[in-house]
Amino acid sequence: MSTDQNILVKLNDAGLQLNNKWLVKGVSLQVEKGKIVTLIGPNGSGKSTTAKIALGIYKKINGSVEKYTHKVGYVPQKISIDWTLPLRVNDFMVLTESLNKETINEALSLTGVIHLKDKNLGDLSGGEFQRVLLARAISKKPELLVLDEPVQGVDFTGEIALYELIKKISDELSCGILLISHDLHTVMTATDHVVCLNGHVCCSGSPMDVAKNNEYKALFGEQASQILSRYEHKHDHIHTDEGEIKKN
Amino acid sequence: MFDDFFIRALVAGIGVAFVTGPLGCFVIWRRLSYFGDTLAHSALLGVTLAFTMEFNIALSVFIISSMIALILIQLQKKTNLPGDALLGLLAHSSLAVGLVVIGFLTFIRFDIMGLLFGDILAVSVDDLLIIWIGGAFILLTLKFIWKPLFASTVNYELAEAEGLNPDRAKAIFTILMAAIIAISIKMVGLLLITGMLIIPAAMARNLSSSPQSMVIYSIIGGLLSVIIGLFTSLEFNTSSGPSIITAALLLFILSLFKIKQSIKLKN
Repeated sequence: MSTDQNILVKLNDAGLQLNNKWLVKGVSLQVEKGKIVTLIGPNGSGKSTTAKIALGIYKKINGSVEKYTHKVGYVPQKISIDWTLPLRVNDFMVLTESLNKETINEALSLTGVIHLKDKNLGDLSGGEFQRVLLARAISKKPELLVLDEPVQGVDFTGEIALYELIKKISDELSCGILLISHDLHTVMTATDHVVCLNGHVCCSGSPMDVAKNNEYKALFGEQASQILSRYEHKHDHIHTDEGEIKKN
Repeated sequence: MFDDFFIRALVAGIGVAFVTGPLGCFVIWRRLSYFGDTLAHSALLGVTLAFTMEFNIALSVFIISSMIALILIQLQKKTNLPGDALLGLLAHSSLAVGLVVIGFLTFIRFDIMGLLFGDILAVSVDDLLIIWIGGAFILLTLKFIWKPLFASTVNYELAEAEGLNPDRAKAIFTILMAAIIAISIKMVGLLLITGMLIIPAAMARNLSSSPQSMVIYSIIGGLLSVIIGLFTSLEFNTSSGPSIITAALLLFILSLFKIKQSIKLKN
């Protein structure tokens, strides 16, 4: 099915070392048109770093990144905006690309924040801001969307709606999505490919494969349609300070 | 028309205000006030160089300021000193070296006060050409790099991730800073150039709710400061630089009565 022409970004054995410590190591993955690839893993496992490697934010990396598109939309995990800037939602929407009014309104309506259009960015709540971030990323109709915990701080009903929206966008725009998330339950249903990270790739495959491989079966199988409350990460190895991997 | 020194000064000042308006906004947004100051202090060295070698003042100031900016970038990479210490080091040492060199140039009569605080009498027709042509060039370049520069001012990673090349925009902006200092040194003087950059922009921040409106208010504020300042300078025989900056300060104080953004609760 997947020919090489569908590949949007490809990481080959990519890693990043900072002050002689590996933040993440030996990651190989690819994002194709119309597919959702999800990165999961505990805190500090290198999910955001991997996303930034894929985006080309880091210059000195190990391995290589092949990027086949310039139309990228990015929702960062953390964004610190200096409030010395007078910046309304509307100004923020056209930050990296000029868009017409209809496109901006459409995107803001999709994420349910059209009423905030003329508000100052600094006056938004965390969840509102997150919706604006997502609207901005999708408004430019990107070929590759990188979403680093896009629904953090969004209320529960909104969370589900936004994940549905992300799935819809992936289908409609046939763009590739690299998604980072903590909560597996919402993600697993829509994802095509899951990469489980813990400083390196622990396992990867379809959601089902991953579930089978890593004692997910017990977690997911029992409550297949139920909401899974917690994601437990079991190791067959330990990590040393230098980022080396040792088998137990 | 340009025979009258006052008309020349007015035309020069208006040209400078058009450029310092938008650049000043970026100086505030990117927190570059002391960077601007450092470049301006180093301008004295450029001026003395110009006198010694009978070279164009604006060009030589531009070259020296750009060099200081490059040295700063290198020092930031090579040393463990914080940015403000490096800025202070470069600002005061280049000013000091400039003054020492002036001491040696006994054969040239120097108007030190004019250099430090601006001298409207010194503006020649050539200076007008430099200001308007150079200024137009700076504004065009700024328009060209606006998107990546502004996007990276808001968030560097977002700009980089979405392919805007913020590093290049930043480098070009640094050159533009050196250029505006070079062309405005005669008007405002090297000790007060940063004031011309930040005070009208600071006033504009109080009145505006979007980046575009802040740029427009900043230009208007700069123009008013120049016009009010120069007339005062003519009337009371004060130095042009301090008069313009004082006018800008008065406008800033007036703007405090109409602050647009409600002051945010600290949490």
